[in-house]
Amino acid sequence: MSPLTVLITALSSLGSNKLRTGLALLGIVIGVAAVISTMAIGRGAQEVITSRIQSLGTNLLFVRPESTGQNTPSTLTLEDASALLDPVFSPSVAAVAPELSTFVRLVAGRENTFSQVVGVTPEYQFVRDYPVSSGQFISAVHVQNVSEVAVLGSQIAETLFGFRNPVGQNFRVNGRQFIVIGVLESKGGTSLGNLDNQVLVPITTVYYRLDSERMSTGDVTVQTINAQIRSLDEMDSSIQEIATVLRLRHRLSGDDDFTITSQQETIETLEETTQTFVIFLAAIAGISLLVGGIGIMNIMMVSVTERTREIGVRKAMGAKHRDILYQFVSEATLLSLGGGIVGAVLGVAVAMALDGRSLGGQTFQTGVSGDITLLAVTVAAVIGLFFGIYPAARAAALHPIDALRYE
Amino acid sequence: MAELQRARMLIDLQNVTKVYSMGEVDVAALNGVNLSIRDGELISIMGPSGSGKSTLMNVIGCLDVPTSGRYVLEEQEVGSLRDNRLAEIRNRKIGFVFQTYNLLPRLTALANVQLPMLYGNGNNAKERALDALDRVGLADRASHRPAELSGGQQQRVGIARALAKQPSLLLADEPTGNLDSGSSEEILTILKGLNRDEGITVIIVTHEADIASQTHRIISMRDGVVVNDKNVVADQGGSE
Ligand SMILES: Nc1ncnc2c1ncn2[C@@H]1O[C@H](COP(=O)(O)OP(=O)(O)O)[C@@H](O)[C@H]1O
Ligand SMILES: [Mg+2]
Repeated sequence: MSPLTVLITALSSLGSNKLRTGLALLGIVIGVAAVISTMAIGRGAQEVITSRIQSLGTNLLFVRPESTGQNTPSTLTLEDASALLDPVFSPSVAAVAPELSTFVRLVAGRENTFSQVVGVTPEYQFVRDYPVSSGQFISAVHVQNVSEVAVLGSQIAETLFGFRNPVGQNFRVNGRQFIVIGVLESKGGTSLGNLDNQVLVPITTVYYRLDSERMSTGDVTVQTINAQIRSLDEMDSSIQEIATVLRLRHRLSGDDDFTITSQQETIETLEETTQTFVIFLAAIAGISLLVGGIGIMNIMMVSVTERTREIGVRKAMGAKHRDILYQFVSEATLLSLGGGIVGAVLGVAVAMALDGRSLGGQTFQTGVSGDITLLAVTVAAVIGLFFGIYPAARAAALHPIDALRYE
Repeated sequence: MAELQRARMLIDLQNVTKVYSMGEVDVAALNGVNLSIRDGELISIMGPSGSGKSTLMNVIGCLDVPTSGRYVLEEQEVGSLRDNRLAEIRNRKIGFVFQTYNLLPRLTALANVQLPMLYGNGNNAKERALDALDRVGLADRASHRPAELSGGQQQRVGIARALAKQPSLLLADEPTGNLDSGSSEEILTILKGLNRDEGITVIIVTHEADIASQTHRIISMRDGVVVNDKNVVADQGGSE
């Protein structure tokens, strides 16, 4: 039997029972569509995260106090941050932006909400790339005077003041009166949290007015020092320089009381996390593909039983073992291949339909990949082949007489 | 008749048995059959139900192999052949006509007739199939499905299917068992014509004496053995 006749025979017998063929297809269609759309969503999320973080600048290092235990005060201070600007000991550091944040209650008129306030210095605007859309950013004078001024993220500004211009308005932070001096440009939400909900105030104000835990030495402690380095190529030596300065200042001989991580590492960690998540989702989708394969096997078993007489007739007419085997295997493979193709179209359509839609404050971005699509369709076809072999072998092994006598 | 005596041996069965084991008990469907059939014969097999007629046809048709004994078909010992070789022999040499027609319901008459050619020489399959349909008088029904044909017409499609591959042997197991007498007569006429005009050896299993009487040789079976084997004296067209 030529491959073409095998194909035509398989197609015509699939076409003769359309309802059953459709039902058999369904499992594979859903499986393939699920694999493709989850992978597209996962890939899209990954791209969003990566590009967001990259937009913050990849030449950033984060210096954080080593958490030695709960309730231990932070070991990093504002002084430490300024010391990193020393042109002799740490020439590769271009700018530093220390930050200290805490959760507070915000009250503006009848609006009442909890939010994070981040204490910053003027450099924060450039190091973290937070341009203001109206008003001004926090200045050195504000930091020096422990001023009760705030720069609002676009979202929180709208929450608190609606359509009124927030600049110049008063609101209360933990009962203290603050004045809004500026509003940030919108950054959009990320899986890291909505950056547009941030409230920026002078770092000294957080320390002296809003934070409950203070160090006895009187130095202003910070949670993170964002250090911008001059060149990505000098990453390793920059880390060394910063570590040396801090060790000297902290008079350390043993373990460091701080950690330095790079933006790049953060991206990699996050990518790994999302990757794991995507693989997990795809595995679940893959299982549904497998279930689809078992569905095909089921249908093929029924089909073989139902067509026992046909098999007998074909054998009486001279069909060999392999002719019958190929016939049923090719039916199963065509079924799953067809299901795979329909599923791929469906999966891509779902991914494209989701692209740019927002759900629960998150905007979907999907990235359909040709590789994954091709892979899913191929896997579907192979699954059909695999699950088709057993029923086909049963059919091929039938004795012609028994098959002909079958009622 | 003299001509037939000189024709070469087509089938030779020596002490053939066929035993089916049904769990504990063995059923001997054939119990030592000796039979020789020459090329070009027109034979009927008669006997009560359960006497082994179908089993004998299956063995002759290479659908099954004997449990013991020797079966030689066209100088080839069949008993030792593997399934694929048997399939080839069925495809090239043997045409089956079934009591229940056994047409594939979703195929057209033409596609049904073409079926054996899928598994062997497929050259000019369509032309040969159309020609076979023409020979049974159904050229105009080529695109009909079995459900759209009468019983007699379906059986003619069945004969066309058996015929299209130009077999040397045509086996018909109660081909008129499901047909009225008019259709039966048509079928028998076609089978006789194939034997007379094309020299195809035809073996017909039948319960009807008037059908048997139109063949040249009547083999009677009982309990798995041949109990009577007689040539019919030419009463009508027996002499070529
Ligand atoms: N596949 C089989 N398995 C078991 N017994 C069978 C089988 N085929 C036929 N027989 C038995 O063999 C005997 C002969 O059957 P069969 O050749 O069909 O007779 P006939 O065609 O003359 O009516 C019967 O007793 C039948 O029950
Ligand atoms: Mg019978």
